Amino acid sequence: MGLLSKKDSKLIMDPLADNNPITIQVLGICSALAITAQLKPSIVMAISVMFVMGVGNVVISLMRNIIPSKIRIIVQLVVVATLVIIVDQVLKAYAYSLSKELSVFIGLIITNCIIMGRFEAFALANGTWRSFLDGIGNALGYGVILIIVGFFRELLGSGTLFGFKVLGDSVEKTGLYAIGYENNGFMVLPPMALIVVGIIIWVQRSRNKELIED
Amino acid sequence: MAIDTDKNSYTVIFSIVMVVVVGSILAGLASGLKPLVDANKRFEKQQNILYAMGINANEGTSDVAFISTDEVEDKFESTITKQYVIEGTEASENSEAYLIDIKKEEAKAKDPNYKRKLPLFEGEKDGEPIYVIPIRGKGLWDAIWGFVAVDKSMTVQGVFFDHAGETPGLGAEIKQRYFMDDFEGESLFDESGAFKGITVAKGNADPKNERKTDNAVDAIAGATITGDGITAMIKKDLKMYVPYFKTLK
Repeated sequence: MGLLSKKDSKLIMDPLADNNPITIQVLGICSALAITAQLKPSIVMAISVMFVMGVGNVVISLMRNIIPSKIRIIVQLVVVATLVIIVDQVLKAYAYSLSKELSVFIGLIITNCIIMGRFEAFALANGTWRSFLDGIGNALGYGVILIIVGFFRELLGSGTLFGFKVLGDSVEKTGLYAIGYENNGFMVLPPMALIVVGIIIWVQRSRNKELIED
Repeated sequence: MAIDTDKNSYTVIFSIVMVVVVGSILAGLASGLKPLVDANKRFEKQQNILYAMGINANEGTSDVAFISTDEVEDKFESTITKQYVIEGTEASENSEAYLIDIKKEEAKAKDPNYKRKLPLFEGEKDGEPIYVIPIRGKGLWDAIWGFVAVDKSMTVQGVFFDHAGETPGLGAEIKQRYFMDDFEGESLFDESGAFKGITVAKGNADPKNERKTDNAVDAIAGATITGDGITAMIKKDLKMYVPYFKTLK
């Protein structure tokens, strides 16, 4: 028995694989398509969402007995919006070029269906610690997909990883480019992100037949 | 004692408390971080201006590379010798010209009685004065803007373009080297000396950019409207500076 009980570690592990928010629940697709052209914004987005979900789930869970049920959706929205603005302001102050790159998508974390979904489905009914784990778990599940997609899109679309030219220089024709390799410009555009996500869904479901719906 | 969370009065009080708490947290945060955010915006503008003048970290890379934010302020102060605000043909020195918001000036200029303030930055490169002019216009989706560095005869020495939300891979390419570098050496006047601007021209016009006197650079395929936006903002905004540059000769 490790740090977490079996039930608790299930909260973290489930969203990573068999109950992944993107590939199984198909939530949060919009941002997964938009910001994954490169690895770095994917990671910053994953961390931002993790902060918002972890803290947000805790706040909602702490307030679950005093939130008037009539306005609970509004309360949830206010909590997400507040946390997102905090993330946005901090990025603007300490990582300006990154926040320019992510531009409107940090603000759009508010509309990320995963977050509201977890608030409503989990944090409103569960204790603080379990809600925290659930938030982190779902954010990890979201982040893993983002990073996988970002990895392939940056590698195949621009021939770089984190901006480093891992395949050689496409202008100077060194490395792989010397033998006629070309970047797939299509990978940089959002439609290819959908196809990459589709391939991940395909691989995942062919390995675990239980996930296939009729 | 359990609280009756369904009562209307409770709901109202809860919302009021929530709004006040959240409001003060965010207001505190925003005003606390404001100096840092403002500094970042100022550095960015300085980097852009210096970039257009050819002071950048481009060497040895094919990407756009600014000089680092740590040294940009010192570099800006040592390179930009004078900053002007031009009204008509009159130029007055103003060390805070770079803080002029062209967007606001443009809006104010709709009033025909308003004398528009035009910022201009003067620096020195290889012993010759070089001037940087900020421009602003519309792309396909949102605003586009840039800085054009010219010499005394208004021959372009370098440009920098940026955009708020052009299509990635198409219009957004205006901030790539292969597009911006083409502007170098282009003249804003035609052979008879009349102001013509620089046209972002379709139809494979001079793709290697060998003719410097044709007032045209090669367009980006699939980015017609963004390119037209660049043509328009160069024509519209640089034209306002022509009377002043005529007095320099």
